[in-house]
Amino acid sequence: MDIGVVELSRLQFAMTALYHFLFVPLTLGLSILVAIMETVYVMTDRPIWRQMTKFWGTLFGINFAMGVATGVVMEFQFGMNWSYYSHYVGDVFGAPLAIEGLMAFFLEATFVGLWFFGWDRLSKVGHLVVGWLVAFGSNFSALWILIANGWMQNPVGAEFNPLTMRMEMTSFFEVMFNTVAQAKFVHTVSAGYVTASVFVLGVSAWFLLKGRHVGLARRSIAVASSFGLAAALSVVVLGDESGYDAGLNQKMKLAAIEAMWETEPAPAPFTLVGIPDQQARETKWALHVPYVMGLIGTRSLTEEIPGINQLEEEAERRVRSGLIAYDALMTIQRDREATDRAVMQSFEDHSDDLGYALLLRRYLDDPREATDAQIAQAAEDTIPHVWPIFWAFRIMVGLGFLFIATMGYFFVQSSFRGGRYPTWALRFAVLIIPAPWIAAELGWIVAEYGRQPWTVDGILPTALSVSALSVTELLLTIAGFATFYTVLFLIEIKLLLKYIRKGPTEDVQLTDDWNTAHRARLAPAE
Amino acid sequence: MILYELVSFEHLRLIWWLLLGVLLIGFALTDGFDMGTGALLPFVAKTDTERRVVINTVGPVWEGNQVWFILGGGAIFAAFPPLYAVSFSGFYLALFLILSAFIVRPVAFKYRSKREDPTWRARWDWALFFGGAVPALLFGVAVGNVLLGVPFHLTPDLHSVYEGGAFGKLFGLLRPFALLCGIVSLAMLVMHGAGWIVLKTEGVIAERARRFGSIASKVVLAGYALAGLWLAFFIDGYAFVAEPPHDGPSNPLASAVAHSGSWLAAYADRPWIVIAPVMGFLGTAMAGRALRSGGELSPLGWSKMAVFGMISSVGLTIYPFLLPSNTNPDSSLTIWDASSSHQTLFVMLVATVIFMPLILIYTAWVYRVLWGKVTEDDVSNPDTHSY
Repeated sequence: MDIGVVELSRLQFAMTALYHFLFVPLTLGLSILVAIMETVYVMTDRPIWRQMTKFWGTLFGINFAMGVATGVVMEFQFGMNWSYYSHYVGDVFGAPLAIEGLMAFFLEATFVGLWFFGWDRLSKVGHLVVGWLVAFGSNFSALWILIANGWMQNPVGAEFNPLTMRMEMTSFFEVMFNTVAQAKFVHTVSAGYVTASVFVLGVSAWFLLKGRHVGLARRSIAVASSFGLAAALSVVVLGDESGYDAGLNQKMKLAAIEAMWETEPAPAPFTLVGIPDQQARETKWALHVPYVMGLIGTRSLTEEIPGINQLEEEAERRVRSGLIAYDALMTIQRDREATDRAVMQSFEDHSDDLGYALLLRRYLDDPREATDAQIAQAAEDTIPHVWPIFWAFRIMVGLGFLFIATMGYFFVQSSFRGGRYPTWALRFAVLIIPAPWIAAELGWIVAEYGRQPWTVDGILPTALSVSALSVTELLLTIAGFATFYTVLFLIEIKLLLKYIRKGPTEDVQLTDDWNTAHRARLAPAE
Repeated sequence: MILYELVSFEHLRLIWWLLLGVLLIGFALTDGFDMGTGALLPFVAKTDTERRVVINTVGPVWEGNQVWFILGGGAIFAAFPPLYAVSFSGFYLALFLILSAFIVRPVAFKYRSKREDPTWRARWDWALFFGGAVPALLFGVAVGNVLLGVPFHLTPDLHSVYEGGAFGKLFGLLRPFALLCGIVSLAMLVMHGAGWIVLKTEGVIAERARRFGSIASKVVLAGYALAGLWLAFFIDGYAFVAEPPHDGPSNPLASAVAHSGSWLAAYADRPWIVIAPVMGFLGTAMAGRALRSGGELSPLGWSKMAVFGMISSVGLTIYPFLLPSNTNPDSSLTIWDASSSHQTLFVMLVATVIFMPLILIYTAWVYRVLWGKVTEDDVSNPDTHSY
């Protein structure tokens, strides 16, 4: 096995996935915010809301194109770079991806063009419906992608078939209603809503600081802060749900997030900050908050959360058990349907641990020849790198609370304080525009880097999942993606800034018509 | 009773093979004219306004059309995972080139007209040209390679190993027959794109499209006929040594395959499939005629028939093979040994039966709303949204 290919494949996937996710959250949230604004326009008929819809819609469009362009890469990369993964779990993992295309992406992509081009071809309500269909499409899309991703974290509803050498689906229902997937879905789309709200809030604050487009900016802040507050609260609550599910299914990830080396007496304390030292297996300068971790991880005061050292011992036991399964599998591969019943039985008894034996494939072609030292090494490999996960998690959560506070403040100011925004608050809102992206990317690092050394937790090791490619091929495509993505990123930012500076275009005719029609009603107020 | 046993494994495999064809044809029919239009852009439109007219004929629909491509990839993954695993990793750099086109194209549509600068616009026009022409060519090259068989084998663990170094794999795809297929595919989509432009524009642009489309149709006729003769006399087909069970486990190594005779033996076994190449020839000839002298709607109609016929002819000719291996024929992937499990195929079928009709209905509705020609006045009018 060529470790260079494994590491480069991981680098490429991390790079393209994190890059794709720069555009996804804004699409998820802005599609809904724009649809809300258009709904207000259709209900009140006030031209300013149409202006807002069009202005934010333009920014949505610039971002959407990049999401589409980088999303295609994701759909094809599994086969290109993760060929054995595709073979090994395609029977389960492929279905949600394909259903995403059928149910969600088609909807979103077919109507998004009509939304932009259809202003004069559709009735007001018709156009509004198209906008909502785009929003539903992008959110359904996230649902199916996270069902696929959730299965990698918590592979339910499937079992290994020795005759086809792969995982096969046993219950689509379980795959679909995987608790991890459901929690991740709501957590992720809420994060998207927060991202879009912070974006709309920040850009509007900048308008107010410059004294431009005041009507549009104030209304946008009102929409973004109320939507954003609800979303920010939901991100944290659903993030907690993810933590609970990780506690049930991915004990090692939870222990790494927490840098909890030894099993602590229940309820375990939460380490607020500290410096995890993987060599010494301890966390220096740790600042503990009693009880909190036990509550998040188990929702009880008596259940223990296992520490990293205990989980490593458990992993070693599973490697040895997996070797029995592997040995049986080799016989099945030779004899196929004619395999001895006792061998079949032995395989079935140990097949849950097969993946642990496959960890040894990193070191030798036939795991059955592994030495005790190699088995111990394989068990140690199940521990992810603790400090990046530990810190990524803490920064993400910290930012989450920052969003709640910011959104809460602007919500109160806009709803109950007559929309008075002090300059410092507006400046702050502009300043934190990049923060939700940082939080989202860190969230993915916790989820995916924390899942190592597995692509599918406990089932298939990352090192085994790659395609039989050469380092040259990977270097070429990494260089290619890096170049494309850098250039496109600069162009996208430039265009976004250009259209933000340009501001909304006022439809003079519509505004005049509306003013004439409502003069009678407006007059007494003046 | 177990629900998925309502449809037998054998039937599901056959249905998914058909659905794969439907998706590929759907992709070629819709995104095909986008690619053809992109490839024609520098030739049928000279001034900036003309170019914007052409770009705006596909502007509102390319996103939806491109989903056929993505769904095609997703469906291969879900319904024939070994095919997805072997072909996508084997055609690695070629697929990277296709992906580059699919990265640049969406952005080019969106961003081209967002700045006035002529250099900026000229660059994106080239991006649209390559974004259309390169995949159109490479898809054909890929099909050519499938007909020839590709150099891969599967290990007993079903790891797929594709022979050759990085560049050996890429340039190894450019075999003469495969290049011919690439040219046919490019010409076919150019013809299809010309039909679209004729329908959606008027005046000088439409006239130019007719001229280039007509040339393309002649290339298609000659190239498709030549490919057929080449296939008949110089290329070996593949066949099972013994027919495997149609409901057995999906393990390509379980069945023995050998080179045998010509692919065209299929036409002796199943004479009715001749209807596919006949549609290909007839559609192309009639599309060419309609482009020279017909109405506005008929070129696209005939070229649809041509695209349908030509793509079907490939699938029907190599049935039940999906991807033959020329270095280790036993590793060849067929619909009987490279599919998903019984249950997955059933679940996917249910999803398709629910959503595919909806997709067709709303796509048709969107095209109807957008019906009509794109004119120079439309793109010059600042009040209407256009690229």
